[in-house]
Amino acid sequence: MDIRKELQKRILIIDGAMGTMIQRHKLEEKDYRGERFKNWHKDVKGNNDLLSITQPQIIEGIHKEYLEAGADIIETNTFSSTVIAQADYDMQEIAYELNVASAKCARNAADEYTRKNPSKPRFVAGAIGPLNKTLSLSPDVNNPGFRAVTFDEVVEAYYEQIKGLVDGGVDLLLIETIFDTLNAKAAIYSIKKYFRDTKQKELPVMISGTITDASGRTLSGQTLEAFYVSIMHAKPLSVGLNCALGAQEMRPHIEELSQIAGCYTSAYPNAGLPNAFGEYDEQPHETAHIIEEWAANGWLNIVGGCCGTTPDHIKHIADEVSKFAPRELPVTETELVD
Amino acid sequence: MSTIKPYLRLSGLEPLIVRPETNFINVGERTNVTGSKKFARLIRENKYEEALSVARQQVENGAQILDVNMDDALLDGVVAMTTFINLVQSEPDIAKIPIMLDSSKFQIIEAGLKCVQGKCIVNSISMKEGEAKFIEQAIICQSYGASVIVMAFDEKGQADTKERKIEICHRAYKILTEQVGYDPQDIIFDPNIFAVATGIEEHNNYSVDFIEATKEIKRLMPLTKVSGGVSNMSFSFRGNDHVREAMHSVFLYYAIKAGMDMGIVNAGQLVVYDEIEPKLREMCEDVILNHKNDNNEATERLINFAETVKAKGKEIVKDDKWRNTTVEERLKHSLVNGITDFIDADTEEARQKYPKPLDVIEGPLMDGMNVVGDLFGSGKMFLPQVVKSARVMKKSVAVLTPFIEAEKELRRQAHITAGTVNEEGAGAAKILLATVKGDVHDIGKNIVGVVLGCNGYDIIDLGVMVATDKILDTAIREKVDIIGLSGLITPSLDEMVHVAHEMKRRGMKLPLLIGGATTSRMHTAVKIAPQYDEGVVHVLDASRSVTVAGSLLSNEQKPDFLKTINTEYLKLKEDFANKKSAKQYLSVEAAQKNKVKIDWNNFTPVAPTFIGTKIFNDFPLEDLEKYIDWQPFFIAWELHGKFPQILSDEKVGSEATKLYNDAQLLLKQIIKEKWLQPKGVIGFWKANSNGKDTVTINNNSSLINLEFLRQQIKKVATQPNISLADFIMPAETNKEDYIGAFSVTIDGIEPHIKKFEAAYDDYNKIILQALADRFAEAFAEALHEKTRKEYWAYATDEHLTNEELIKEEYLGIRPAPGYPACPDHTEKYKLFDLLGGKEATGITLTESLAMFPASSVCGWYFANPESKYFGVGKIEKDQVEDYAKRKNMPLNEIERWLRPVLEYDA
Repeated sequence: MDIRKELQKRILIIDGAMGTMIQRHKLEEKDYRGERFKNWHKDVKGNNDLLSITQPQIIEGIHKEYLEAGADIIETNTFSSTVIAQADYDMQEIAYELNVASAKCARNAADEYTRKNPSKPRFVAGAIGPLNKTLSLSPDVNNPGFRAVTFDEVVEAYYEQIKGLVDGGVDLLLIETIFDTLNAKAAIYSIKKYFRDTKQKELPVMISGTITDASGRTLSGQTLEAFYVSIMHAKPLSVGLNCALGAQEMRPHIEELSQIAGCYTSAYPNAGLPNAFGEYDEQPHETAHIIEEWAANGWLNIVGGCCGTTPDHIKHIADEVSKFAPRELPVTETELVD
Repeated sequence: MSTIKPYLRLSGLEPLIVRPETNFINVGERTNVTGSKKFARLIRENKYEEALSVARQQVENGAQILDVNMDDALLDGVVAMTTFINLVQSEPDIAKIPIMLDSSKFQIIEAGLKCVQGKCIVNSISMKEGEAKFIEQAIICQSYGASVIVMAFDEKGQADTKERKIEICHRAYKILTEQVGYDPQDIIFDPNIFAVATGIEEHNNYSVDFIEATKEIKRLMPLTKVSGGVSNMSFSFRGNDHVREAMHSVFLYYAIKAGMDMGIVNAGQLVVYDEIEPKLREMCEDVILNHKNDNNEATERLINFAETVKAKGKEIVKDDKWRNTTVEERLKHSLVNGITDFIDADTEEARQKYPKPLDVIEGPLMDGMNVVGDLFGSGKMFLPQVVKSARVMKKSVAVLTPFIEAEKELRRQAHITAGTVNEEGAGAAKILLATVKGDVHDIGKNIVGVVLGCNGYDIIDLGVMVATDKILDTAIREKVDIIGLSGLITPSLDEMVHVAHEMKRRGMKLPLLIGGATTSRMHTAVKIAPQYDEGVVHVLDASRSVTVAGSLLSNEQKPDFLKTINTEYLKLKEDFANKKSAKQYLSVEAAQKNKVKIDWNNFTPVAPTFIGTKIFNDFPLEDLEKYIDWQPFFIAWELHGKFPQILSDEKVGSEATKLYNDAQLLLKQIIKEKWLQPKGVIGFWKANSNGKDTVTINNNSSLINLEFLRQQIKKVATQPNISLADFIMPAETNKEDYIGAFSVTIDGIEPHIKKFEAAYDDYNKIILQALADRFAEAFAEALHEKTRKEYWAYATDEHLTNEELIKEEYLGIRPAPGYPACPDHTEKYKLFDLLGGKEATGITLTESLAMFPASSVCGWYFANPESKYFGVGKIEKDQVEDYAKRKNMPLNEIERWLRPVLEYDA
C-alpha cells in the first residue's frame, strides 16, 4: 500500500471536519467523561480527543461516514493530543494513550473500507495540531521577547504524540493548521528525531499551513513562499493549506503553491467563512464547484475539507474532482540549466 | 512539465531565492559582538531594544541577510542569542530577512536555530575536529532546515592556499551530499578570507588564493554558494575606514566575478568600485591581486598612502623632523625606535653612498645597534624594544645581503682568474645556541639570540632537542667562539653536564654558557663547571649575555673574567657542601609515619561525574583569554613586576604597556583567525593509597601504582613530612577515593612562527610563543575550574575572580610530575597512558620527558580539601632505594632522573 502510487493515478480525497461531526452528537459532560473519568477533577467537555478513549464508537463512526463519502485519507482525532494542549484539562498523562487510541479508531475504520474495496486503499494520517502555545509570538504585548514555551518543550510534546500515532498504526503524519512555522519546525524536528532514534523508515509527512487572512500571511507573519521554504527540509510528501479561509479566499494561494511546490499539493478549506453566529453555511455543491476549477487547472493532488465541512461536502468534492487528472509532480532539476 | 530550480532558498518572513541572476548578497555584519563595539556594549548592558535598532539599520542599509554573533567571553552566548533572536522575530521590519547564526560554539548556533521560524544559514561548521563531529553537526542543522556555511578548515587546520581550499571544500561537499543527504544548493563554502598587506610576504597571495579557489569551487560544484567575511581582508588597516572600504570594494569586484555569492559586510559602508579615486583603486588592486608586489612593494605603497589619509582624517601630528637628517642618523633613529617603515629605502640610500654594502653594516647599522646595546645595558631600553630594533636590523641586512653575496662572488671569480687564495677574514664572532636534547623550550634562547645578534654577533641557532654530538660537531665545523645551552625542565640539567663532559673529552677550548629557567648559578658551579676547564658561565638573563660574551671574546678581559668566575663557583661549591651537612633528615620510615593526618572517618570523598577520560578538542580559544596570567608573560620579556601594576611602573611602565598592547593585538588576531587550537583531556579514576607513598588506581579493573616521594627533612614538631599520597584515602578505610589527571596543549603555532621568521619579525614571534605558553596555562586553569565545578564537581559553589584563580585560592591542587611536589618526571608516562596517550591531545614526550608541542601542561588532580602545594625538597638514599624498588627501576637510573633532589652525591 503505497500512497505515492495512488497519488500518481488520481486526486486523493482527505476527510472533512471532525469537530463539526462531533457537535452533531450533542454530547454532554458525562458523555465525554465516560466510565473511566467520571470523577475527573476538571470539566472535560470539549476535549474532543478524549472521545477516542471514552466514546470510540462515535469517532470510528465519523471516520466511516467520511470513508463512505469517498475519503482516501482520514485524519486521526488527535488535533490536541499533546501534553501541552491537554494541560487545559490536566490530562497531560494520557497524551500518549490518546494518540494510540485515536490511531486505532481510524485504523479499524480504514482497514474495513480497504478490505471492502482493495482497489481503493484507504490511509490513516496521524494529525499533529498546532498547539495552544506558540514559539514565535509573545503572549505578552509588553514583553515581545517572552515565550510561553520553549522549542525543546514543544519537541518533547510532539515526540510523544508521534510515538503514540506510530504505535497506533498510522500510515502518514500530517502537521496541520500551522499558524506558527516554528511550531511546525519543532514537529518536523521531532519526526526526524523519532525515526532516527527508533531506526525505522520515516513515514511520509504531509504539511498543511494556514493563511489567516487577506494579507496572505501566516499568523506568525510569513508569506506562503517563505513558509514553504521554511519547511522544505522535511522533504514532505505534500504541502498545502487548510483552515481559516474558505475555498474562495484560498484560491490564489493554492495557485501559487501549485507552482512553487516541489512535492504534492493539498488543500482542505473551511466551508466558507463563518457567519455572524460562527456557523459555516457554504453548501456542499458550492464548495465543490470552486474546487472543481482548481482540479481542472491541475493545481491539486489532495483535497478535502476543514471546519464546517461534512461527509456531504466530501462526497461532492470527490465526485467533482474525479473527472480530472492529478497535478503532475514537477521535475526538480539537479543542475543549473537556462 | 513544470520544473523546480535547484536554487538556494532562504526565508525570514519573506523568501530569499538566490537565482543565477541574483546580485551579490550583502550579509549585515554589525549585529556581531566581536565585530561591533557598539553592539557588544549594548548586549553586555542588556540594552536589547537599542541593539535591535542596530539590526534595523542593517536592513535599511540593504542587508539581505542578518548575521548575528554573540561570541563574547563575558556573555552567556546561549542566553544572549536566544533573547536577541526572539526580539528580532517580533520586529517584522527585521524579521523579514533571513538570519545567519554565527558562532564558533555550536550550542549557541543551536540556541538560535530554536528561535527562528524561517530558514537560516548556520555560520559555520567544518571538519576541524574530524568527520564524525562534522557529520553530527550537519545532521542537526538539517533537522532544523538550515543551510550551512562550511569553513575550509580540516583536521590539519585552516586552508590558506588555493589547493587546500578546494580540496577541503570538495571533501566536505561529498560528505554532505552523499552521507548526510544535504542538497548541494544548501551548502555554502567559506574558503577563508585572510588579511593581506600584513607585511608578511606569505600573506600577499591570500586574496588571489581566495578568488581562484572560488572560481574552481563554483566550477566543480556549481550549485553551491561561496561566502566570506570580507572585512578580515583589510585587517592591517584597522582604524582607516577610507582605505578599508576601498579594499573591500576592489576585493568584491574580483571575487564576485569569480563566483562569490554573498559576503559579510557592513552594508552601509561599501563604496562603489567605480567611485574609488583611481590612484587608491590601483593601489588596492595591486595589493589584492598581488601585482607589482615583490618585496611587499604594493603593500608599502598602500601603507604609505594610508598614512596620508589617516593624517588627514585624524589630524595626527607626526614628528618626522628626523626624516630630514643624514642617512646615518635616520638609520640610527629607525634602529633605536624600532621603526621599519623607511628602513628599506634608507638602507638602499646608504648602500649607494658607501663603497661596499658591508660598510653599511659595519658603519651606520653597527653604530645604531651600539647605541641600542648601550641603552639596554644601562637600563634605558627594555627587551621588547631591543627585539623591535633587531627586527629593523634584520630587515636592513636583508636588503644588503644580495649585494654582499654578489660582491663575494665577484671577488671569488677574480681570485680564481688570478690564481690567488681568498683570505677574507671570518668577520663577526660566532655564537652557537641550542636547547639541549629532550627539551623543547626555546623562548628564552630566542631572546638571547636576538639580543646577542643585536650586539653584532653571528648567531647559529640549532633550535630545540639538539643532541650533544650535533652541538659539538657544528661548533667545530663552523669555528664558533662560544656555545650557549638552554633548557627549561630539570632533566636538561643532566644533559648540560653531559655536554660539558664531552667538550672536555674532545679537548675543546671555547667557553660554555648555561642559561634557561631550570638552570642556576649553584647548579652550574656544583655540577657543570667541574666537568670542563675552559670556562663555564651561568647567564641569568638575556641582558647579561652581552657583557658575558663580550668579556669572554676579549683577549684582554677573558683571563681575569674566568678567574673571577672560577673563584666564585668554587666558593659556591664549598658552601653547598657545608650547608648540606647542616640539615637533618629522617629515615624514610620515620618520614612516612609523620605523614599528613587526615580524619578519614569523617570524610566522604566526592565522586566525579564520570570515570575515565574526556577530551576537549573544540575548546574555544577566546574563552581562555580571561584565564591568562600575564605576569609570566612579562617575566619572559625580562620585565619583572606584578601585573597589572607593571603597566604603570615608573621605570618600565611605558614599555610594558607597549608590549602589552602589541600582545593584545596579536592575541586578538590569534583568536579571530584561529591560529592556535587548544587541545586537552581530563580523566578521573578510583584510587586508594597504601597509607605510605603509593596510590593505586583502578582503571577498568587493571591496577596502576602511582609512586610519590615524601619530604624527608626533619621538621619542627607538629609539621608533617608531606607526600602527595597523603591526600588520597588509604585502602584500609574501605572507602573509595578518586584521583584525576589532565594534559593540555596549544597546537598550531608552527606555521605562524615560520611566517614571522620569514619576515625577520622576532618580536612578534617571541610574543606569539609567550602567548602560546600563557594559553596552555590558561587552558589548564580553565579545565581545573571546570573539573572543580562540573566534572568532578566537588566545589560546585565556587566563585573566584581570575586573580583569585591565579593565586590558587581554590580547593584541590594539580601538581605536575617533574615539579616540586612530585619531582620524578618518569611518572608522566603513567599520566599520559591513563589519559589515552598521544591520540588524546597529540602531545608527545621527549626522551627527557619534556612535552611537545612546547606549550603544554599536565598534572594530577587532587580534590581533598587538605591537599596543598609543597616541595619534596632533598631526599636521602634510603628513600631513593625504596622508590627504585617500588618503581622496579635500577637505582642508578632513578638517581639520574632525581638528581636535582638528591641530598647525596650519586
